[in-house]
Amino acid sequence: MDSSPWVRRTLRAVVVVYLVLLVGWPVSLVAKNAFADGLETFQRAFADPSVVFALQLTAAVAVQVVVINTIFGVGISMLVVRYDFPGKALLNALLDLPLSVSPIVVGLSLILVYGKNGWFGGALEDAGLQVIFAPPGIVLATAFVCLPLVVREVVPVLTEIGTDEELAATSLGATRFQTFRRITLPAIRWALVYGVVLTLARALGEFGAVKVVSGNFEGRTQTSTLLVEQRYQDFEQGTAYAVAFLLASVSVACIVAVTLLRSDAHSPARPARARRARASTKADS
Amino acid sequence: MSIEIRNVRKTFGDFVALDDVSVSVPTGRLTALLGPSGGGKSTLLRVVAGLEVPDAGVVEIEGRDATNLPARRRNVGFVFQHYAAFKHLSVARNVAFGLEIRRTPKAETAARVDELLRLVHLESFAHRLPSQLSGGQRQRMALARALAIRPSVLLLDEPFGALDAKVRKELRDWLRRLHDEIPVTTVFVTHDQEEALEVADEIVVVNEGRIEQVGTPDDLYDRPANDFVMGFLGPVTRLGGVLVRPHDVHVEVLADGAADAERSSRPGPGAPDAAVTGVVTRTTRVGFEVRAEVTTDDEVVAVVVTRAEARALGLVAGTAVRLAPAEGAPTALVPGPEAATVAV
Repeated sequence: MDSSPWVRRTLRAVVVVYLVLLVGWPVSLVAKNAFADGLETFQRAFADPSVVFALQLTAAVAVQVVVINTIFGVGISMLVVRYDFPGKALLNALLDLPLSVSPIVVGLSLILVYGKNGWFGGALEDAGLQVIFAPPGIVLATAFVCLPLVVREVVPVLTEIGTDEELAATSLGATRFQTFRRITLPAIRWALVYGVVLTLARALGEFGAVKVVSGNFEGRTQTSTLLVEQRYQDFEQGTAYAVAFLLASVSVACIVAVTLLRSDAHSPARPARARRARASTKADS
Repeated sequence: MSIEIRNVRKTFGDFVALDDVSVSVPTGRLTALLGPSGGGKSTLLRVVAGLEVPDAGVVEIEGRDATNLPARRRNVGFVFQHYAAFKHLSVARNVAFGLEIRRTPKAETAARVDELLRLVHLESFAHRLPSQLSGGQRQRMALARALAIRPSVLLLDEPFGALDAKVRKELRDWLRRLHDEIPVTTVFVTHDQEEALEVADEIVVVNEGRIEQVGTPDDLYDRPANDFVMGFLGPVTRLGGVLVRPHDVHVEVLADGAADAERSSRPGPGAPDAAVTGVVTRTTRVGFEVRAEVTTDDEVVAVVVTRAEARALGLVAGTAVRLAPAEGAPTALVPGPEAATVAV
């Protein structure tokens, strides 16, 4: 863009002020409040078994969601990019739904299907598996909300690398699985790592959908975000700030990790450079 | 015959890529599939490799029916136009890939990789990543990778298409010499007639999903089966109702003012039937040759002569000349009014 130094400086100042007011200041206030009494707030919070349980539950849910969404995310990406089938456009649209729909709606819809009087839940409960108001429901809701994160990272890379390398591996004698493990997976690994980190950050912070399906029972189905809200409303603000600070730190760590990975993956020493060679036209039948 | 293709048909939606194609590729020879873009030659190659499944027909490789054999069991080396280098593996690991898949012992793999890297002159690049190689080097690596598995046939899909002109020429010569050293049955796809004429033992001309002609480069150049083959293998010009190569035109300079007289008494005494007279309207010198445009009553004939000939004849714009196909030159009948006359 053609602009004078004045315009640039003004723009920069506006953006910085905007970000400070909207993000930086509020988040730093959480940190300030969490450390208002030094480490004492943290010690008190971690002495509370409900807090410890909530943190453990959140971590367990996040790990399960990451595993589920990595496997399904890569599978769906391969399906969408490498195969043509009727209804592909519909599947593509469905994949974006979790990003556009409110998490509350996600929670309610899951209750309609898996709830006690739901379409499917009754049968599951008879079989001894309670989904709604239990940890499986929390995992389900979080996985739903995080579904597009891996897919949307992996699909563009899969599209870009094309099928030549996979076909070359096949002609050299590799089976489908060998081709995937030795050729496709290394080619998408940075996109996959990026998607996983995003999923992890989102899974740790999910609130709306989880609130609806978990029932929010302290010490049983209360995740960290639900605990923060409850303690804040119960005027135990010290604990709320301490847990909130912890959640924010993990998210910041995720963002830092992603930034480092990104700059690493795009540095000239990486094979990513070879992609430029593909820009030339593909000729013939 | 190393590869037998019988009555193969392949369609993509409404588009007929291969229309009942039958062709045999001889063992140990270098065969070119030559044709215009979209003519079906790449599809034919991919059908042989098993990367495309034909709708109908039979593919035999070394006497074995391979029609329903998956690509990974065909023992076919395939080289792609855009190299298809495994970007995350070093040059040596790229070449070793097929051997590792076959669980070849480590020492044997290492020895074979060394041997192949020497063959393609990449021995000092073994530990580089493909991104650190030039296009020509990447394609040589891809060739070594395909040869590592000792394929029964080697298939190359426009192998030099993505390279610049100079590297392309070098690699072309190098491929020819390599094939003389290791005479594995090789089929390569190209749309460049010069490449096919220079490198191949045998050329299969493919157009619009059909085989137009099969033969040696000399056969095709001198005895084209039809006007398409003639036009595709080299420049042609229209001369008195037939197609002839511009360098196969016999030029005779007429004395001043004789053009009109000659024109009325065509064909002149002793001249071949196709002889015509006209006036040189333009000459262009390209290196050692001179291209002249001769305008006659009803057509513009392109003529190519060497510089020495042009000087001896005094061929400049305005000269009246009589043109006839040189004796023994290949000609083809002009197919119809829509055919182009000049293709120099």
